[in-house]
Amino acid sequence: MKCVKSPAFEYTRPASVEEACALLARHGADAKVIAGGQSLVPMMAMRLVRPSVLVDINEIDALKYLAIEPQEARIGACTRQVTVERDDVLSERIPLLRMALKCVGHVQTRNRGTVGGSLAHADPSAELPLVALVLGARLRLRSASGRRDVQAREFLTGAMSTAVRPDECLEELGWPAWRERRTGAAFMEVSIRHGDFALVAAATQVALDAQARCTRASFGLAGIGATAVAFPELAGRLVGTKIEDALVEEVANAAAKHISPGSDMHASSEYRRHLARVLVARTLRAAREKAASA
Amino acid sequence: MTEKLYEISVEVNGVRCEGRVPARLSLVDWLREELRLTGTHVGCEHGVCGACSVLLDGEPVRSCLMYAVQAHGHRVGTVEGLSSAEGALSPLQDAFCEAHGLQCGYCTPGMLIAAQALLDATPHPTEEQIREAIGGNLCRCTGYAQIVEAVLLAAERSR
Repeated sequence: MKCVKSPAFEYTRPASVEEACALLARHGADAKVIAGGQSLVPMMAMRLVRPSVLVDINEIDALKYLAIEPQEARIGACTRQVTVERDDVLSERIPLLRMALKCVGHVQTRNRGTVGGSLAHADPSAELPLVALVLGARLRLRSASGRRDVQAREFLTGAMSTAVRPDECLEELGWPAWRERRTGAAFMEVSIRHGDFALVAAATQVALDAQARCTRASFGLAGIGATAVAFPELAGRLVGTKIEDALVEEVANAAAKHISPGSDMHASSEYRRHLARVLVARTLRAAREKAASA
Repeated sequence: MTEKLYEISVEVNGVRCEGRVPARLSLVDWLREELRLTGTHVGCEHGVCGACSVLLDGEPVRSCLMYAVQAHGHRVGTVEGLSSAEGALSPLQDAFCEAHGLQCGYCTPGMLIAAQALLDATPHPTEEQIREAIGGNLCRCTGYAQIVEAVLLAAERSR
């Protein structure tokens, strides 16, 4: 057959999560789960990965759902990014998801790309792992021997590396909803063109009390190292304050000092550090304003 | 060693098409090389340029980022499906001609698929919505202005 790019592989199309886990248990590290394929297919075409078995989870309806509960939104791992992006109720409860998804690729890739796939792929500049880290998302892994929940900060172990074992499949993502009435979020990134990989991305969420004092804050950066990074200690300095501009600058400076971004053909380390400082400051101010007007 | 072949059945432009494909054959290569539907173009082959856009169950996706075997049981729409069986151009295609929405034509099938999907969901889009819809399609000739005008023209005519 002409035209093929990927190495040859055996294709399997389980109809249930149980069947998928049985295949993973049998083939272990030789197998790879394919969901939307928006990153895996090009990587296979370039022969950067060469699984001998693909476990296609696209036909497993049990992995496609969106359940909005008071404490969290539970999203099935194979739910399309576009489904999450378009959900108005979800956007109200967990605004960072839609904000981030607007920057994830393009309409055509979001129609096929999945939420779980973004997390499992764990690109250092990816938007959804950043949001998962900032919100403290819970990732449910499933294998033939059972289920386990992993927090985002333990899930993301390195550039394109996660805590998923070869016999496991990502089953569900739990995104905590902040129940404070005055909650504000902001997501910003700089990329060469809209939809490209982020040079640097920042995500921030803050909650204010009736006197506009911060009661909770979380922010993080992507594109500045092997994984996205959250800054719980710096965010803690905002609590009890009115997030005044001077403090915003101080915190943004401290965050930028804390990181050691790499250089590549698109941006130098210095430029990424500059973007980190500017984007942390901008998202903090924007989130504060949104919370204040909520 | 002979490579294993997988039986697939896909509805392409309303017609049921059967095939026997190796798992690693991309959807766009199956459409072009086996079904001879060469309207869908192959550009970058890694999901960046959008030339290979097709409709999968009505939604635009990149056919270079899917294996043909994954399309089994689904509906695929290509640029050939936009015009009538007799070959008359669709209103959107007419608008592309009139507004000079193409020069070399390489990106055009992908642009048409992306724009048609937008118009199907949003018959009267804003310019911003049009730019968002074709944001994943690269054109190296016209600079997009005339493509946007063409979509606006097609939308206007459907009023």
